[in-house]
Amino acid sequence: MSAILEIFAAIPYDQVLIQTVNGIVTGMILALVASGLTLIFGIMDVVNFAHGELFMLGAYIGVVVLATTGSFWLALLIATLIVALLGAALQIVTLRPLLGRDPLTTILATFGVSLVLQNYALWQFGPVARKIQEPITGSFQLLYLEYPWYRLLIAALSAAIIGALWLFLKFGTWGIWIRAATQDRVMAQAMGIPVPWVHTGVFAIGAGMAAASGVLFGPLVGVTHAMGLDWVLKAFIVVVVGGMGNLGGSIAAAVFISLLEAYASIWVSPAQAVIVSFVVLILTLLIRPTGLFVPTPK
Amino acid sequence: MKKRSHKTYWIGFCVVVALLAAAPLALPDFWRRFLTEILIWGLLAMSSDLLVGYTGMLSFGHSAFFGLGMYGAAAALLTVSPPNLWLAVGCGLVGAAGVALFAAYFSTRLRDIYFAITTLIFSQIFYVIIFTWTDVTGGENGLTFRRPPLSIPWIYATPFTNETLHWFVLAVVTASYLILRRITQSPFGMVLQSIRENENRTRAVGYPVERYKVVAVMLSGLFAGLAGVLYAIQNRFAAPDFVYFLVSGETVIFNVMGGIGTLIGPIVGAGFFLLLRETLSRFFTEYYLIPVGMMFIAMVIFMPQGLLGFARNWLNR
Repeated sequence: MSAILEIFAAIPYDQVLIQTVNGIVTGMILALVASGLTLIFGIMDVVNFAHGELFMLGAYIGVVVLATTGSFWLALLIATLIVALLGAALQIVTLRPLLGRDPLTTILATFGVSLVLQNYALWQFGPVARKIQEPITGSFQLLYLEYPWYRLLIAALSAAIIGALWLFLKFGTWGIWIRAATQDRVMAQAMGIPVPWVHTGVFAIGAGMAAASGVLFGPLVGVTHAMGLDWVLKAFIVVVVGGMGNLGGSIAAAVFISLLEAYASIWVSPAQAVIVSFVVLILTLLIRPTGLFVPTPK
Repeated sequence: MKKRSHKTYWIGFCVVVALLAAAPLALPDFWRRFLTEILIWGLLAMSSDLLVGYTGMLSFGHSAFFGLGMYGAAAALLTVSPPNLWLAVGCGLVGAAGVALFAAYFSTRLRDIYFAITTLIFSQIFYVIIFTWTDVTGGENGLTFRRPPLSIPWIYATPFTNETLHWFVLAVVTASYLILRRITQSPFGMVLQSIRENENRTRAVGYPVERYKVVAVMLSGLFAGLAGVLYAIQNRFAAPDFVYFLVSGETVIFNVMGGIGTLIGPIVGAGFFLLLRETLSRFFTEYYLIPVGMMFIAMVIFMPQGLLGFARNWLNR
């Protein structure tokens, strides 16, 4: 009995509280990235390998717009719009010709896109990390830490964007088209829904969401050309753990995994904490390959 | 008719091998080294072709097998003295096979895209482990070691020269090619191809599909590990960069450019890619991946059969 009490006494509760807040903040960003990825997958059967690069490009455009206009919110808006347009163009040029072919070819094509975008960013912006200035600088007292308000703002904004996406899917005309195309592509086409344009639109939305999360996350870490890969890997894990193409599951899985990683980094270095999410993935594959956060298929 | 084309195949095969064997005598040092490297990367690409082309499983994790082959060889060369070539090969193969078994056990439960993603994540697991476990793996700096002598156990040993290294690599790659070709034409290989064509039907006929897939991933991992060992011996170091996912990505590029499901194609693809990198990096310096990436996208869309696809029937009869 006393041994159990000792274990509980050994947990640093103050750090656990701080890491809980941290985990929720990164979890919401991750949810924003992953929901774009899962939306694209659920509707088009396309695994967008270039998603991390769209995230990175969004952050860079944010840097440029912020430098010229000085307004963070304008940077967020413009980066989202530009990357959404770029996403639409990419979908038309590289993915539309592959419609009806083996879904594996779409991985190859988007992998090529990610190579081009990543090296373009390296060429255009150089290897030195850029910084985005956060729009609000205040902080509050969280135990012994000065915790910046901006982090909480990110979480709230991500939740707001995901909520808006959900409302759009539920009630918007395009949202209804998107859901129809997910359920039955051929039938949707037969009912007069312009399915190819729905695909383009979905890719644009996913790209825009990636870019928005890139700009939001920019102030926390430096903006570099290689920042995309970490995120796309984590987003892949989230999407598999949450159940492919399942929006709610992805969000739950994103917060779940981020919390676990945050707790793990109390004891090991952040680089090794990544292993935790890998272990979650392996356990998911072993126990429930359909995803942890989906109802059991009947 | 069939017999005759069989004969042309073997004549062509002998001519190519003879040309490759004679090459180091005629080529300047830089291009000889280049050719050796093409052969090694070609072996890696060929190993992944067994999965991508014959079993229909797109692997984004071949860097893990390649890298563990390198680190296995490094472990053998650093701990045992005097360094022994065959021990290095053996250790590299064991390392790669262990990783392959581990990855195969989990990832073959999934299909298509899910398989590709899980292999990618598995290779990242090993990257993180190797990168952070500095005491054993040397972390970011990797490991450096001396090249072992070329030896026939207990009979004969001589230090590698540039030419003998090339011939050694050529012999290993040629033998691997013949073995892989035999595997793909064996009843086992036929089952793999039927999994590619229709997995459900193969299962319905009564083949234990999962077991075949695990064996396919392991075989593929073994040959990838062999390529890693060769690369380690050629360059005398093992570095975490080679476990990183970019190497897996390049392997996939080799396959697609050369033509999947041909075995020869991936070698051609590797040669084509390396030549492209060599020439383009003179104009674009380190940004050569921008034009190469665009070319890759175009090939995925317009030339899914790859450079060698049109010659497939002629080559792999």
